[in-house]
Amino acid sequence: MGSITLEKVSKSFGTTAVIPEIDLEIVDGEFVVFVGPSGCGKSTLLRMIAGLEDLSGGRIIIDGKDMSSEAPAKRGLSMVFQSYALYPHMSVYGNIAFPLKMDGQDKAAIDKKVKDAAHILNLTNYLDRRPGQLSGGQRQRVAIGRAIVRQPKAFLFDEPLSNLDAALRGNMRLEISDLHHQLKTTMIYVTHDQVEAMTMADKIVVLNAGRIEQVGSPLDLYRSPRNVFVAGFIGSPRMNLIEGQEAAKHNAVTLGVRPEHVRISKTEGAWKGTVGVTEHLGSDTFIHVQVDGVGKITVRTDGDFSTDFGQQVFLTPEPARLHRFDANGQAI
Amino acid sequence: MATLQTRATARLMMSPAVILLFLWMIVPLVMTLYFSFLRYNLLMPGTEEFIGFLNYQYFLTDPAFFTALGNTLMLVGGTLLITVIGGVLLALVLDQPFWGQGIVRLLVIAPFFVMPTVSALVWKNMLMHPVNGLFAWIARSFGFQPIDWFAQLPLFSIILIVAWQWLPFATLILLTALQSLDGEQIEAAEMDGAGALSRFFYLVLPHMSRAITVVILIQTIFLLSVFAEILVTTNGGPGLQTTNITYLIYAQALLQFDVGGASAGGIVAVILANIVAFFLIRLIGKNLER
Repeated sequence: MGSITLEKVSKSFGTTAVIPEIDLEIVDGEFVVFVGPSGCGKSTLLRMIAGLEDLSGGRIIIDGKDMSSEAPAKRGLSMVFQSYALYPHMSVYGNIAFPLKMDGQDKAAIDKKVKDAAHILNLTNYLDRRPGQLSGGQRQRVAIGRAIVRQPKAFLFDEPLSNLDAALRGNMRLEISDLHHQLKTTMIYVTHDQVEAMTMADKIVVLNAGRIEQVGSPLDLYRSPRNVFVAGFIGSPRMNLIEGQEAAKHNAVTLGVRPEHVRISKTEGAWKGTVGVTEHLGSDTFIHVQVDGVGKITVRTDGDFSTDFGQQVFLTPEPARLHRFDANGQAI
Repeated sequence: MATLQTRATARLMMSPAVILLFLWMIVPLVMTLYFSFLRYNLLMPGTEEFIGFLNYQYFLTDPAFFTALGNTLMLVGGTLLITVIGGVLLALVLDQPFWGQGIVRLLVIAPFFVMPTVSALVWKNMLMHPVNGLFAWIARSFGFQPIDWFAQLPLFSIILIVAWQWLPFATLILLTALQSLDGEQIEAAEMDGAGALSRFFYLVLPHMSRAITVVILIQTIFLLSVFAEILVTTNGGPGLQTTNITYLIYAQALLQFDVGGASAGGIVAVILANIVAFFLIRLIGKNLER
């Protein structure tokens, strides 16, 4: 079991409130991703759940029990750190066995659990190595191994993939999702990368300046962002946000349209513009177009569409896919 | 530095320094070796002659030699024990954030800047003096008989003085090692359920082992030749109780004017230091490889 409830949780360092007040419900077995720009308080929130930071107010309830002032080890959670925080002088075996040893379990039981975890994570051949002799991805797996042997109520991940290269990050993303399906344990995952959030989460929590902007499934957030911040943060490339006259035509202060929802044509369309930089990704092409009276618009189109720098093109946004926001940035 | 030419130039430019250092080392060593095979007493000038290993024979069969050897090892071992354990504890304290940290750190480092002779005199006359000393006053104010440190516990007193001088060095090195410990590792251990003691023994101590090795190696080199503290406090006495090898050689050369015998002692000391260094490096060198 691993349901976690945050009730009016707040955190301030001195007079600066990092997290004004947060209420959040995390259901057992859910994969929740906290996402937001750096400095939005997502790591602080995770550390508060872990017990590594004190609460300034509110309560943290894990499995129905108030754990707000309980020691980290007593909360039954395990954490994977950004730097992995492996113990450098212990072997991989020693690292994975450490939490069990601290728990006072007997040698045979420890041995079995460590071997099992190593098997799940493909670390069996590396048990004698020291962390310094492993690659980044292997270290990451050791850190996860150390987390799973405790059979925690929930896993906490603090930007675990940010030290890996792009290819490995993609792999580990899959492995962690896989692990979640195998173990069915609650996972809370912190990242600033919206791609990780979109691909892995059951539920995304978008944070900005210590406040929750929106909570929902990845596609919810993508289809109906509640405000400008979420609209701009979720989706890649970013949603085009248009202000001024063009927005006013649709009775909005800010008008949002995703690059994939703008049609591009060389002959006719609603907006006339000049092609700037074109990014060819093979499967897709991102075209940055300067539209008179509207501004810079990014368009996503298929890989075969070719344009030249400075060429005249016409753009048409799909009317059904327009997002309208009022003066406070809230969706209408 | 890749081409032949730059390498040759580098060697040429380095050579004056290397040659000077080499001469600086080799001339005294060869002269000492030479003297050690002579009968050479300043009280009998003009009678110098080659006597083979006789000086060595006298020095090594002198009962004072074994006492001095034992004292030297006790002095080194005792001081290392106090400075390493004390240094680890002090470093742990100084690593905590508290008000006035900067001043306290400065004060802890201060003893290192005091000359050995001066600090030994301060200890002898102001702290350990059986009549005027601070320790005696403390003992008397609690109604105890004051300890006459240099008469009752001479070697231990010397160890205390030397340890006081070297504690800052150990603390400083161990503190820097402690500060380089990754905070996330400690937090990870906290989440893994390790208490403060387990964290110290499983994480902090292994992390500091390399620094401890360095402290032991460097201190051993200097502690083998402790001299000033002994000269100004006990003069090697009472009896031979605080005579170490260095002091024995000094007594041989400048109290008995036996340059030949002292030279032989000096060579013996060099060999002993090398033996100690050999075992030390074998013993803890593994720590440095990691």
